[in-house]
Amino acid sequence: MAMTLAGRDRRRALALLSPAYLWLTVAVFLPLSAMAFFSFLSDVPFGGKDWHATLDNYRAFFQTATYATLLWKSLKLGLIVTVVSVVVGFPCAYVLAKIVKGRSREALFLLVILPFWSNSLVRIFSWAIVLRGNGVLDRAVNAILPWDVKLNLMFSPTAIVIGLVHSYLPYVILTSYLALQAIDDSLIEAARSLGARRRTILWRLILPLAAPGILAGAVLIFVPVVGSFMEPRLLGGRVGTYYGTVIEDQFVAVFNWPLGAALSFILLAVVLAILAAASPILRRART
Amino acid sequence: MAEVRVENLVKTYGAARALDEVTLDFPDGGFFGLLGPSGSGKTTLLRAIAGFVLPETGRVLIADEPVENVPVEKRGIGMVFQNYALFPNMTVAENIAFGLDVRKVGAAEKKRRVTEALDLVQLGAFGARKPHQLSGGQRQRVAMARAIVTRPRVLLLDEPLSALDKALRVDMQIELKRIQREIGITTIFVTHDQEEALTLSDRIGILKDGRLIRHGPPREVYDDPRDSFTATFLGDARIFSGTREADGLRLADGTLVPGAQGATIAVRPENFQLSASEPNAPCRLRAHLVQKIFGGALGTCLLDWQGEVIKVVGRDADFRALPESGPVWVSWQPEHSVTISP
Repeated sequence: MAMTLAGRDRRRALALLSPAYLWLTVAVFLPLSAMAFFSFLSDVPFGGKDWHATLDNYRAFFQTATYATLLWKSLKLGLIVTVVSVVVGFPCAYVLAKIVKGRSREALFLLVILPFWSNSLVRIFSWAIVLRGNGVLDRAVNAILPWDVKLNLMFSPTAIVIGLVHSYLPYVILTSYLALQAIDDSLIEAARSLGARRRTILWRLILPLAAPGILAGAVLIFVPVVGSFMEPRLLGGRVGTYYGTVIEDQFVAVFNWPLGAALSFILLAVVLAILAAASPILRRART
Repeated sequence: MAEVRVENLVKTYGAARALDEVTLDFPDGGFFGLLGPSGSGKTTLLRAIAGFVLPETGRVLIADEPVENVPVEKRGIGMVFQNYALFPNMTVAENIAFGLDVRKVGAAEKKRRVTEALDLVQLGAFGARKPHQLSGGQRQRVAMARAIVTRPRVLLLDEPLSALDKALRVDMQIELKRIQREIGITTIFVTHDQEEALTLSDRIGILKDGRLIRHGPPREVYDDPRDSFTATFLGDARIFSGTREADGLRLADGTLVPGAQGATIAVRPENFQLSASEPNAPCRLRAHLVQKIFGGALGTCLLDWQGEVIKVVGRDADFRALPESGPVWVSWQPEHSVTISP
């Protein structure tokens, strides 16, 4: 009886899991394998072109300093966007989790996930309107300050960071919110009864206990930002050449898919290496 | 160490008064038990003394110093929470040292005091453990050590033993009392368990609907409850009301209770005797035995009298001669009729 039940349970589990795994196979594994295959070819294997297996695409990364420099630039961008998002998002999550209650919390939550509702291109072009010279931001600042200010943030690294932070901020807010929610209010009360001020409670209690959530959000932001290309291209203009835009160029402009694939896998390897190096810290935060 | 005093405390939540003009003295070095059913305001009173609840009106004094406008962290209190609230990211020793770190106590002094506190709660070897590696009773001791290591003026305990199983609770009651005696700190604790309050406290206060009903030494309050709430809440007494006559109290069924002094009396379940034949005792009633409950050395009998339940507690041996159910006599000695206000 127990055996048949276990068998039925297993079948049911399989039936429930299979759509997801099928989807992952079709949508992730197959394209990724195809890309891995392409990355070792001299040219795309269709359109009657001549091709053979080669390591040249990977060798290209090391032959000029350009790619490595751009990768480093992208990693720095990822780090800056992640740090800014955590610094902006964590206080917001704290207020949502520990200070506001009831209906106002729901309303504020809606505002947090609002970026998810709008098209990313629309979002980026709205920022372009705000940031460009004599745009919304420039006029607003000049309306307040008596002297003439030319911010003209458009087509600068700052514009790219602003656009990316706006897109990815909800991730760190949501993960931090969940971690903060799990902290029992009586812990904070206990710390206060022992004489701790707010800053001590933040550093010794709240930040260590919320660290897993903050780090999960940071990873969710860092990985896609390193490979981002839309925000750098549209908000960065001339200064918007990053590792992600170079990969995009290989696919849509130069039509050198094998090189684009190889650069993508190098990025994947570097990001995985960074996460592996950080994993002791991540694990310590979880206990 | 200090005396605590609250004066005319009022705290409302919407229309409900959680504290209604509560005035009470907590003597220096004493062990004061706040007792009441849930929603009686006992926890609100404790949290008002701690500073987590800000009363609308009234005063809170610690060592004659008004503290209504002093934030929790500067009141010099120690508190043990119902769920212990141990910091899960710190070891036992770090938990205990937290209050000393905040006070910037030097390393050597800190180490000495943490060791001292661990020894006091008999957890000397557990300093390096994390809270999740401890049993419920051990966590309780750590919470206690953490609360007293800063040498607070007052120790506040919010239902400190309610999360423990019964055998452990009795052990911890003895332990709590020992620790309190050793450091001689003014202790205020909240409980809904009347036995716990009577065992531990040298004074108790009984609250109901935000009002302080009664306070005093446990024996005094228990022996002379004065009102029906205290009598029923503290000792599960049966209340009899009727009309006052020259030689006693005439109950609804016509029974005369001789010697009763007022229109309402209370009799405790352990003071009733049951017998199948008519007893000699002057105070007696004819009732119907509904159920006998075996409870080991002590048993309980539930009786029906005029549609109301009378509970009788006694040695199981004394109940054996009785039938499982049927008419019985309930009797008690006149000195066990306690006059109360209705």
